[in-house]
Amino acid sequence: MAVKDYIRERFFPHMWCPGCGHGIVLNSMLRAIDALGLSKNEIVMVSGIGCSSRISGYVDFHSLHTLHGRALAFATGVKLSRPELNVIVPMGDGDALAIGGNHFIHAARRNIDLTAVVMNNRIYGMTGGQYSPLSGQGILATTAPYSNIDSDFDVVDLASAAGATFVARTTTYHARQITDLLKAAILHEGFSVVEVMSQCPTYFGRKNRLGSAVDMVERFKKITTPIGSKAKREHPELIERGIFVQKETTEYCSAYDDVIEKAMKGN
Amino acid sequence: MAKPKLKAHHIIREWCKGCGICVHFCPTNVLELDSEDKVTVARAQDCICCLQCELRCPDLAIEVETQTE
Ligand SMILES: Cc1ncc(C[n+]2csc(CCOP(=O)(O)OP(=O)(O)O)c2C)c(N)n1
Ligand code: SF4
Ligand code: SF4
Ligand code: SF4
Repeated sequence: MAVKDYIRERFFPHMWCPGCGHGIVLNSMLRAIDALGLSKNEIVMVSGIGCSSRISGYVDFHSLHTLHGRALAFATGVKLSRPELNVIVPMGDGDALAIGGNHFIHAARRNIDLTAVVMNNRIYGMTGGQYSPLSGQGILATTAPYSNIDSDFDVVDLASAAGATFVARTTTYHARQITDLLKAAILHEGFSVVEVMSQCPTYFGRKNRLGSAVDMVERFKKITTPIGSKAKREHPELIERGIFVQKETTEYCSAYDDVIEKAMKGN
Repeated sequence: MAKPKLKAHHIIREWCKGCGICVHFCPTNVLELDSEDKVTVARAQDCICCLQCELRCPDLAIEVETQTE
């Protein structure tokens, strides 16, 4: 199938700003699904609220556009009732780790087979540029006009510590890598987290004088490096890209099936 | 492996928002933005069919059709 067969063309052009990284995530995600040969009926996309979460309206899969921060809770319900479906949960950084932080760590702890995609633009885009738990110190935001004093979470460290069994990171510069990581994440049986560093030229870029969307995408090339690279040893401030965790442990739905079986046997 | 050869760039003008990402990352400077800030193919003969433009377009507005010789 062609990539366009997976979208709801009637909603295009989409609502994202010119150069918004969320569109690159959509583009690369469609290619992952196409490459895996999945049919639309096998996929459920569950999202919360935010610019990023609007992605579920553009894809021609089963889709649920739910509440800010709660996408993983809804997705858990979908997956437990229909474990044969592939459930993909794209989230903004605020959605995933501010209001939704609790759902995030517990979904990871349970190792439920969902694909969580954190579209990390380090700001609340939809509501006008407030800082998020991923903004980090020194960042300017509408709610931090003199610069943010809060430390940021490292999504990879947080997800790994919470028990996610597949954890990866890349950026919108690395579009092919987004596709490769999403393919692996969707195939993985367990809770997968893929962080995609994404640009919000309208708020994050403008506030922090990072230039155009093009400049912001170029920057992702400069500030990241493959895991364990020589460059990382020489420049420890570089952010690593690639797969950090990939392991098999009991998946939540199958553990639940075991409980049902036990209960049915009456012991 | 045979090299892919360009058949055509397919551009959906109404979807293009003129962000310039495809123009900037094209390794052989094939693309330009026109006076209305829409992408246009200025030097098709230089295209090496790398798909960098298509893969990074946030608006799914450009597609590169190729054929293998
Ligand atoms: C319960 C609730 N609280 C707050 C909001 C307002 N709200 C909508 S989107 C959003 C944050 C969006 O930021 P993020 O999740 O990072 O996504 P982005 O828009 O940057 O893609 C907030 C606070 C809401 N819709 N619901
Ligand atoms: S406000 Fe930011 S995140 Fe939202 S669509 Fe615009 S660029 Fe994208
Ligand atoms: S396929 Fe590659 S060379 Fe051809 S226009 Fe696109 S980016 Fe340029
Ligand atoms: S990347 Fe897409 S939206 Fe941006 S200028 Fe090129 S075709 Fe237009």
